[in-house]
Amino acid sequence: MKNNFWQFVKKESLHIIRDKRTMLVVMLIPVMLMVLFGFAISTEVNNINVAVVAPDRSNSIDDAVETLSNNNYFTFCGYITQEQIDEKLRSGEVSAVIVFTPDYDRKLSQVAAGITSAPLIQVIVDASNVNTANSATAYLQNILLGKESKQSMFETRMLFNPQMKSAYNFVPGIMGFIFILVCAMMTSVSIVREKETGTMEVLLASPARPIKIIFAKMIPYFAISCIVLIMILLLARYLLEVPMSGGVFGIFTLSLLYLVLSLSLGLFVSTIAQTQIAALLISAMVMMMPIMMLSGLLFPIENLPLFFQVVSNIIPARWYIDAMRKMMIQGAPLIAVWKDSVILIGMTIIILAISLKKFNNKLE
Amino acid sequence: MNIIETYNLSKSYNGVSALNDISFGVEQGELFGLIGPDGAGKTTLFRLLATLLNPDSGSAVVNGYDIAKDYQKIRSCIGYMPGRFSLYPDLSVEENLNFFAALFGVDIKESYSLIAPIYKQIEPFKSRRAGKLSGGMKQKLALSCALIHKPAVLLLDEPTTGVDAVSRSEFWDMLSQLKESGITTLVSTPYMDEALRCDRIALCNEGRILGIDTPARITAEFNSKLYSISANNMYALLNAARKIEGVIECYPFGEKHHLVADNNFNPEIFISKLSYIEGVTIEPAEPTIEDMFIKLMKQ
Repeated sequence: MKNNFWQFVKKESLHIIRDKRTMLVVMLIPVMLMVLFGFAISTEVNNINVAVVAPDRSNSIDDAVETLSNNNYFTFCGYITQEQIDEKLRSGEVSAVIVFTPDYDRKLSQVAAGITSAPLIQVIVDASNVNTANSATAYLQNILLGKESKQSMFETRMLFNPQMKSAYNFVPGIMGFIFILVCAMMTSVSIVREKETGTMEVLLASPARPIKIIFAKMIPYFAISCIVLIMILLLARYLLEVPMSGGVFGIFTLSLLYLVLSLSLGLFVSTIAQTQIAALLISAMVMMMPIMMLSGLLFPIENLPLFFQVVSNIIPARWYIDAMRKMMIQGAPLIAVWKDSVILIGMTIIILAISLKKFNNKLE
Repeated sequence: MNIIETYNLSKSYNGVSALNDISFGVEQGELFGLIGPDGAGKTTLFRLLATLLNPDSGSAVVNGYDIAKDYQKIRSCIGYMPGRFSLYPDLSVEENLNFFAALFGVDIKESYSLIAPIYKQIEPFKSRRAGKLSGGMKQKLALSCALIHKPAVLLLDEPTTGVDAVSRSEFWDMLSQLKESGITTLVSTPYMDEALRCDRIALCNEGRILGIDTPARITAEFNSKLYSISANNMYALLNAARKIEGVIECYPFGEKHHLVADNNFNPEIFISKLSYIEGVTIEPAEPTIEDMFIKLMKQ
């Protein structure tokens, strides 16, 4: 009976290969999401146009402006007057204006001597895009104060992601999302399709254990997910330049665990749903939405209302994404994310146990 | 001993009864037909015998195994073909057959002689996708797949529904051939004409069995007078005939109406009474399974 298991796998693979449209979608979506989140949708600071107001030009101001214009993330658009600020920002010509106080040099030395602590530099930012405004201010502060560290109250240093690249943040999120899509959604739909078309009746009426057929179904999806995983990692490393300093081994091991978890989720959905549409809807509503909203993919979990923070604990993607961020961006080794791993293993065991128990050897 | 035996089998879905106290037996090597309209409970009976459902009450034995307790054993010795086309349309003819061989853990070569007469007819198209086959060819493939493991019992749920007349007739020829190989076949059909090709038939309606016997004896049991009547206006004839004295039953039957009458009925008086309808003819008719079915149904 052993060799027929691979016959089942072969049959499943044929189903997938012949369904070219779905294949294409599965292979393209990860690439699209990566490129989209990596480049188009970004909260990172890039080519921000900055103008400077300096009533009394001096060497120290020129130094600061030079640092600014040498920076890739800002484009220096020249000196303007106090009166022009509103117009320049309104027209969108510049997104930020740095205003140096009059008589800057003298006041700077006063601050240095501890005579006064009045602010010397004002940053005016177009905040119609909150994300850009936030990042721009934070980064401008970093540059300007970093230069004149003696006058700063505290020094901020952006660890791990000094340029606040959003791709770093999104890659783990996309992975958490895409594997649910491929594994959970596609597996559940393919199992439920057999119920819907009536082939499940024949499968059940055969001596082969149905659970064996189900596992055979999972293998090709697992294989596809592995290809997608490699694809995402390559894109992340070489296109988006995510450091992955924690080592590929840990990232891979945890991702494989997450794949198994997603497949179990798919099996679970297939035990509930009777039609392909139902399976799709359950996957989309019960799994995709919470992953988008509550896993930290789009919004930081700390920003959620308390109730949703509690709910987010039962969402597997939350733990996976958390661990992936630590490993990919902070460079943590696998051992450092043991808590996330244990939670994911526990969830896998529970979901698998429930699905296997619920899986019916008969029609009802 | 019967190879299939059911004892007071009952099954209902959400309180709606589908099978009600069914008891019957199928002998070893028999070609046994379940004849009845949609909703008679045929599919439910098949699913119970194929161990896909558990009965609410009663029990059944297939090939010596109880359908509830030994369902795993039954699954190796039955070939089940559900009413719907249940092969993989995106796999080729050959791939489907290979998959089913793997499913039952057998080597195609071993059972090839059994399926050869059927499979040979579709073998020229073996690389064609199953979904692109004609209705008749689909049924042949499905039957080949159901036979791949040399089952002792073949359960065929409405195999000829939606298949053209020539293919239907061919299909029944194949079933007769299988009978010679010693396979017991339980087949259901809503077509009364196919009943004649079975060794024995059970007439079923609304979850009950109305009668079981050979087709010949079932029609022989029809002990009332039967006439075939026609007129230019068939609808008017039907309504009028039902009101005539001595007429027990009158119903459309193909192009004519069949009229069941008691002993007081006189065809000549019948014609004279209906002289206001144009072109009335009446002649004695041989009872068919359908007549018997209608009679049993009304009782």
